[in-house]
Amino acid sequence: MFKEGILQMLGVGIYESLYMTLISTFVAYVIGLPVGLILVCTDKEGIRPIVWLNKLLGFIVNVLRSVPFLILMITVIPVTRAIMGTTIGSKATIVPLVIGAAPFIARMVESSLKEVDKGVIEAAESMGASPFQIMFKVLLPEAKPSLLVGSAISVTTILAYSAMAGAIGGGGLGAIAMNYGYYRYQEDIMFITVILLVIIVQILQEVGMRIAKISDKRL
Amino acid sequence: MEMKEKNVMIELREMSKSFSTKNGMVHALDKINLKIEKGEIFGIIGMSGAGKSTLVRCINLLERPTEGDVFFDGVNLTALPPAELRKARQSMGMIFQQFNLLMQRTALENVCFPLEIAGVKKEEARKRAEELLEIVGLADRKHSYPSQLSGGQKQRVAIARALTTNPKVLLCDEATSALDPNTTRSILELLKDINKRLGITVVVITHEMSVIEEICQRVAIIDSSKIAELGTVEKIFTTPKSAIGKQLVYSESRPQTNFDDSNTRYCRIVFDGETSFEPVLANMILECQGVVNIMYANTRNIDGQAYGQMVVQLPPDEKMAKKMLAYLEAKHVNFEEVDYV
Ligand SMILES: Nc1ncnc2c1ncn2[C@@H]1O[C@H](COP(=O)(O)OP(=O)(O)OP(=O)(O)O)[C@@H](O)[C@H]1O
Ligand SMILES: [Mg+2]
Repeated sequence: MFKEGILQMLGVGIYESLYMTLISTFVAYVIGLPVGLILVCTDKEGIRPIVWLNKLLGFIVNVLRSVPFLILMITVIPVTRAIMGTTIGSKATIVPLVIGAAPFIARMVESSLKEVDKGVIEAAESMGASPFQIMFKVLLPEAKPSLLVGSAISVTTILAYSAMAGAIGGGGLGAIAMNYGYYRYQEDIMFITVILLVIIVQILQEVGMRIAKISDKRL
Repeated sequence: MEMKEKNVMIELREMSKSFSTKNGMVHALDKINLKIEKGEIFGIIGMSGAGKSTLVRCINLLERPTEGDVFFDGVNLTALPPAELRKARQSMGMIFQQFNLLMQRTALENVCFPLEIAGVKKEEARKRAEELLEIVGLADRKHSYPSQLSGGQKQRVAIARALTTNPKVLLCDEATSALDPNTTRSILELLKDINKRLGITVVVITHEMSVIEEICQRVAIIDSSKIAELGTVEKIFTTPKSAIGKQLVYSESRPQTNFDDSNTRYCRIVFDGETSFEPVLANMILECQGVVNIMYANTRNIDGQAYGQMVVQLPPDEKMAKKMLAYLEAKHVNFEEVDYV
């Protein structure tokens, strides 16, 4: 059907897409999770209100979130070069992906943590729990199922972003779809990459949701 | 004076709490003075919005009073730095209407929680937690998650959790309000038992007179941000002084009905545990040779003694009515003429 070369190319595309997505998701969580936690805790209704910090972080998050991803990718090219030493390929795409996804993840985490019952937090306070103990023993564990759902959504969103990065020199399935479908009019290959992307999204989504469901003790 | 103070577990001194909201200030508590003694079960009752929850939340400073002081076992909590306040809170257990258990932890892990907070070693915490689940009668459900437990069971877990750190005080904010009458009774029994066995001071917030009657020794009635009345449960049940007290005691089980025929006289007789009510009424009827109509009767068993009240319609004959009232007077029966039941 297809030449050996094309199959191999698709294989590499899948690998690169997953590589970019998973690494970016991980790094974006390393940044976004604490930011989300701080946003919740420093809120004026939170366990340790610090209004200025909350306002500042909220502002930065909103600014980054309001820049369209394609534009963000171009604007951060100097940053990418400084960190990765290059501005093309899948490794280079990780930088804009992280910058684009971290604020999104911070908001996802924030909304998950805000779902935790105020009464439970109050009960912990009544037992003499410190703000840190509340964060790590109440907020995060109680929000775990919701955080996992959030991560399933985040990972698929980041995969979609990574495909978009193909347009300006990123790697992965997005780049293949762009090169063959847009520049060479080989629509069959473009369709295959699209189908592959759909399948990957489905799998990631399904796995994430399952784990979330199993981990939830509320039935 | 000094000796007496030693018996005080909780003291609120000139304590006020206001909230600033969009619609201006809400004065939830206004200059509250209150002493709760060691080892007693103290009730706080009032209508919705009276400030009951705010008051208990001020005791462990979940809510910081706007003015005044909170003393806990002689220590002024309002003056403590955060770390010491948290330490003090470990000596105060609290249970809630909505149980507030950690949903992602088993019953046992929930009971372990305060010990983890206090930095107790894992095995030790587990052992203690198992003992407490035993006390509240849930040893066989220790591996269940809250979502697998009934309301009453959840409250038992919450009670066990509140007791793990050997608190001196147990604060209960509407702890039985989400439970059915039978479960309520069993939880109240448990609280009573804990108070007797462990000598823990219990503060019970409720809007139900029946809860107060069941377990409390003293009660404060809160009405529009102030303590309207305070005294022993017997005293308040038999002779409530404040308007709100009368409303709570007399209209608990029935709507108040006014009699419109002003010719007939009614008399409310109170049984305060010193006179048993049967002979009084029977003797009065025999003595006076007249009959009365019983409009309403309700007696309760408070701490093993009979308390209650009865409203009787006096005979239309003016002389006879006078005679009866004189009889009651002579027998030192607590009564008053009323125009309502
Ligand atoms: N955080 C808050 N912000 C603003 N107002 C508050 C707050 N908490 C309580 N209040 C107000 O304080 C008053 C007393 O409230 P509180 O919750 O203590 O009443 P309650 O006696 O416990 O009532 P209920 O029986 O309904 O629980 C109410 O008018 C309430 O609206
Ligand atoms: Mg309340």
